[in-house]
Amino acid sequence: MTTRHDRENQRELAVAATGLVKRFGDHRAVDGIDLEVRRGEVFGVLGPNGAGKTTMMRMLATLLHIDEGRASIFGHDVRAEPHAVRRLLGVTGQYASVDENLTATENLWLFARLQGLSRTESRARSAELLEQFDLTEAAKKPIAAFSGGMRRRLDLAASLLTRPPLIFLDEPTTGLDPRTRGQMWDTIRDLVRSGCTVLLTTQYLDEADQLADRIAVIDRGRKVAEGTADELKSSVGQSTLQLQLADSALLPLVAEQARRLLGEEAVLTPESRRVNVPLTRTDQAVEVLLALRERDVTIESVTVQKPSLDEVFLALTGHDTQDPQDGPEGQDGPASAADSRSADTDRTHRMETSR
Amino acid sequence: MSTMPATSTMTDPASVNDDTRVGLGDTVGQVLTLAWRATMKMRRSLEVMFDVTIQPLVFTGMFAYIFGGAISGDVQSYLPLIIPGLIGQTVLTACVATGVQLRQDMDTGVFDRFKVLPIARIAPLAGPMVADLLRYFIASVLTFAVGIAIGYRPGGGVLGVTGAVLLAMLAGWSLAWIFTLFGIVGRNAAGVQGISLLVMFPLTFLSNAFVPTDTMPGPLRAFAEVNPVSLVITAIRDLANEGAVTSDVGWALIGCAVVIAVFAPLSVRAFNRKM
Repeated sequence: MTTRHDRENQRELAVAATGLVKRFGDHRAVDGIDLEVRRGEVFGVLGPNGAGKTTMMRMLATLLHIDEGRASIFGHDVRAEPHAVRRLLGVTGQYASVDENLTATENLWLFARLQGLSRTESRARSAELLEQFDLTEAAKKPIAAFSGGMRRRLDLAASLLTRPPLIFLDEPTTGLDPRTRGQMWDTIRDLVRSGCTVLLTTQYLDEADQLADRIAVIDRGRKVAEGTADELKSSVGQSTLQLQLADSALLPLVAEQARRLLGEEAVLTPESRRVNVPLTRTDQAVEVLLALRERDVTIESVTVQKPSLDEVFLALTGHDTQDPQDGPEGQDGPASAADSRSADTDRTHRMETSR
Repeated sequence: MSTMPATSTMTDPASVNDDTRVGLGDTVGQVLTLAWRATMKMRRSLEVMFDVTIQPLVFTGMFAYIFGGAISGDVQSYLPLIIPGLIGQTVLTACVATGVQLRQDMDTGVFDRFKVLPIARIAPLAGPMVADLLRYFIASVLTFAVGIAIGYRPGGGVLGVTGAVLLAMLAGWSLAWIFTLFGIVGRNAAGVQGISLLVMFPLTFLSNAFVPTDTMPGPLRAFAEVNPVSLVITAIRDLANEGAVTSDVGWALIGCAVVIAVFAPLSVRAFNRKM
């Protein structure tokens, strides 16, 4: 039984899902996921390949049957009112869903006409979107001649023809080069500025960090964590003060000050004249630095680093974000991932044991 | 990149009502839009049209000259028999392509977008089927044209031939439901092609398309006489050669209706399950 209050509440949510389950044979691809996406926010669903992100999105988009649980889009039940849901949704899939046999203009015209826009409106809206997505020059070219980035932009344009208030983006930048990825991010930010609510899936931690207001971490069909990027980061560990000294002989002095001022145990790396000091609060870094200046310690470089989302993921799920079996897509991962893993092995280790 | 349009123009979630059905007018519009898409595809990749262009040109001459002497004594007197037969055969081949192309289409990403659009569920199926009427039209007109070029003089005149072409188009559309069903439930295009050919050959050759059925052994003859393809070919012969709307035309229409009555609901149900 849903009360009137519940319905009102659900209308305020762009997406409300409880206990979503999707089975493929014995395999539970989505295994009881709850999700709430508020109006006007960018909600990121983060997880490695095969975590169930796309399956979940396809269930919410009426593309896959919901085996168990409930979902509603702006208060419209996905199972009971699929037609109403489709009218509120723009969906851009992992693989561009445009017609290879048509030109960009013809594609937009086709989808506009199908959604009930008049001939004049279809022509005007197609031209407007082609302009907006920098595709005017390529408008008459066959899609086969399009680059990956152009296809994605056309695909996104096709999702926006009727100005839907909610956009689903399924791995919007998978397989794109870094420059095109940056352009896509800008496009998505523009979209949000116009008032759209965005639900996006990604396997790139920096993408979720860059775009999403809130993030749900999905692993093996389950939600393992949810929050803002900062909340997720602080839930697993503190910041670290990283110092490089001119003289490695002074490293023990830093360790001694860290113990005295903060009660923390510093990690020394004499070969590179580095020391890492764990911080409970970021501003504690100042106390350490002041103490070192009083003692005339020459510092070559200072960084204060929050834990990366890679570490968050590792800590939450106990395994890596990139499945070694999925070669080509794994290579596109953020460059920082490898660095932070190797440099902070000891810290990661401590996070794991503290769990 | 310019800025996005203002929020005020966005679809208001509150304004969207719960009606799940698409009106008839909208449905027809969507079907025609998707038929337009299918014809664009035909124009862009002409190889999909070979079966209704090159094939009638080659087969008509070939069958007429190879079988003509043996079956009817000479080519000229075989033409009234073989030309309608070939129309039946060519249209049936075109139907196979309908199923195979539907399968290919359903495997492309664009079908995902059709699924998520608020359109009539049947439109992505019906659109290409409407466009294929054009293929059946081309196939039957070309076959008549080649026949006339090598000496066929249809006794039914312009009116009879026009009637025959219309009947061929209707028959193509009806028989296409069989192969559409294969296209929907098939795993991949190659599999659909395989099973379709397996069905198409008996339908073509266990009919009166190339030879009179009198000499066939009993069971084969019994099948050949109720085979909807035979019914259609007989009706085309009556229309084109005699200009007469005979009871055989009525039987052909009934045959088409039976095929539709059996295969259309099965196809639509299978399709809706995938949409």
